[in-house]
Amino acid sequence: MNITFAKTILIFKDNMIGAEKMPTTDTKELYEKISKALLSGDPQLAKSLAELSLSSGISPLDVIEKAFVPSLKNIGELFETGDIFLPELMLSGEAMKAAMKELEPALKASGSKEVARPVIVLGTVEGDIHEIGKNIVAIMLETSGYEVVDLGMEVKADTFVKTAKDHGAKVIGASALLTTTMEHQREVVQKVRSEDLDIKVIVGGSPVTQEWADQIGADGYAQDASDAVKLVDRLSHGRDHR
Amino acid sequence: MKPSFKVLSDDELAQVHEASVRILENTGVRIEHEGAQKLLLKAGAKKSDKKDIIKIPASLIDEVLDKAPSSITLKGRTGKEVLLEGDRSNFNPGSAAMFIRDYESYDIRPSTVEDFKKFVILTDALEFMAMQSTALVATDVPKEIGDLYRLYVVLSNSDKPVVTGAFEADGVPLMNGLLEAVGQDTKKAPMAIFDCCPTAPLMWGAVPTQNLLDCAVLGLPAEVITMPELGATSPATIAGSIVQGNAEFLSGLVMSQLTRPGAPIIYGGSATTFDMRFAMPRLGSVETAMLATGLAQMGKSYKVPTHAYLALSDSKTVDAQAGLETMIGAMIGVLAGINNISGPGMLSSENCQSFEKLVIDNDICGMALRLGKGVTVDTETLAEELISQNAPGGNFLASKHTLKWFRTETFMPSTVIDRQGAKKWKDQGSKDASKRASELAEVLIKKGPKSLDKDMEKDLKISLKKASEKRGLKELLRF
Repeated sequence: MNITFAKTILIFKDNMIGAEKMPTTDTKELYEKISKALLSGDPQLAKSLAELSLSSGISPLDVIEKAFVPSLKNIGELFETGDIFLPELMLSGEAMKAAMKELEPALKASGSKEVARPVIVLGTVEGDIHEIGKNIVAIMLETSGYEVVDLGMEVKADTFVKTAKDHGAKVIGASALLTTTMEHQREVVQKVRSEDLDIKVIVGGSPVTQEWADQIGADGYAQDASDAVKLVDRLSHGRDHR
Repeated sequence: MKPSFKVLSDDELAQVHEASVRILENTGVRIEHEGAQKLLLKAGAKKSDKKDIIKIPASLIDEVLDKAPSSITLKGRTGKEVLLEGDRSNFNPGSAAMFIRDYESYDIRPSTVEDFKKFVILTDALEFMAMQSTALVATDVPKEIGDLYRLYVVLSNSDKPVVTGAFEADGVPLMNGLLEAVGQDTKKAPMAIFDCCPTAPLMWGAVPTQNLLDCAVLGLPAEVITMPELGATSPATIAGSIVQGNAEFLSGLVMSQLTRPGAPIIYGGSATTFDMRFAMPRLGSVETAMLATGLAQMGKSYKVPTHAYLALSDSKTVDAQAGLETMIGAMIGVLAGINNISGPGMLSSENCQSFEKLVIDNDICGMALRLGKGVTVDTETLAEELISQNAPGGNFLASKHTLKWFRTETFMPSTVIDRQGAKKWKDQGSKDASKRASELAEVLIKKGPKSLDKDMEKDLKISLKKASEKRGLKELLRF
């Protein structure tokens, strides 16, 4: 898996105004603190450091590019090598989300209205109350630069589609753990097709296979959370993650 | 003495019980079933402000604790009995895998009816598989009748009792119809156990709740399989996960006993550690066996039969990992006195069955059961006189004592376990255990099914047809 913030940056870069400034020693220190806050998974600290960077006059884009990107890349590598594990990754994701909440309004205010992360709608299908796998996919997507609208469990096909339309989502991810609830994944696909929407539907869950995804006409299947990120990358950008 | 294994002291068992009861009383459990909610509220449970959350008072738990039977006897269609009580252990293959490891190509692929039929025949032939399970979900069967058809395949090919479960809310009565068609009379003994699984943490979905209530009404044993996954859907600690799993079981016990006092219920468990790198449950870990032991101790303290998912592996192939993980589970399960142990045959975190592994596991289970019997000590086994007669020098090979004891005192494995000299092994093609198991599986499967007599077969088919029609399938099944 390759957890980067590359996509976010690509979008932000388009909206970049002015030249990059070399960081001063103070800013460098601040960036290091942010890195540490992300790695240690401290949402409160990450949030206040994001606030501090803004109030010190550092551009939000600089904070993201110089502090977030390297530390999330580092976290991704540590996960890949087995030095950190899911709980650490989840908490880092929480810290990242908390800081982004501060930075995003500033980004929007400073640049174009186009600044936004691609939106992915996730949920566990109707009749199914298993969501741990879906939650892991959500956090992996978030740490990879997507905005996830998590509808939780027992989500009806209509709700998936309406939410995706309301948020301008590119991809819907429908999870199912039971052989009997898998059928509802088909309904999500059918609903999207019947309305002729430009939204991709991907499916996952323990009993789900590529064959099943093909059978119901889904746009993709991923076996685990890191594959799900690659799949969403491919579907929302038309290219592979790496 | 009979050896045993425990992970909790009596005092610790009491602490777990009290913590579970407090959780049910103060936090409650989510039950997505109106009927069950009403039943609980009428008996004194309280509604929470949150949707579908019911708080169960300690007094209500106390009231039902001694109601469920401590012993359950199952009877197969030709009278084969399996007794779930005390510290005796019985094995059956793990249930509901979606995949089969093909024994020709070694490919892991979606399973079919044909695979499942062979698997049932093999299970029937293996001595230490006391029960069948609806081990595979045949992917070539319409989803609407997946649960019904699995049971149909078992009942028409084997006469061992069955561990099964329903996929739909109407599943238990429909499947009970199939069991009755082949002679089940629950007044004497049920033929099948039904798995009813809460969802961790502290949730009961609509389908398993209805299944649980139906089992109570029909007198079918409901096996409440709690599935905490450490650090993911339950606390990262073994003790905390036992508390949570126990609370989930107790909520099931209350619903079952309120429906019908004395309804048979089994304290089931598939608590596992959770892999924090690959986000998968680890069924073969040593802590999974410790969790099963702790949960079974809780079940024993409530005097109900116990169950666990053990004797299975997370390996994707039949290798050393598969063998060692299965042995850990089988041995600890037997030493913990768990009555029903589900798992043999399984690979890949509960999602794949393997013919070869089932054959190897049969020997593993046999060894574990042997271990569980312990050492018999009396005048005859101490053999003082015999030693004086034959020693010093001499040997015991031709003694009557040896003839009497050697077959029962030492476990006699199948040809899967190789104990010959190296030259002979080489001469026979240097086959490993997996290859030997594959060959034995083929021989056993060729012996064929234990078919039903014509009348019963007809009744079973009629029952399946009727049940399928209720699920909206009229055209797909023609008999």
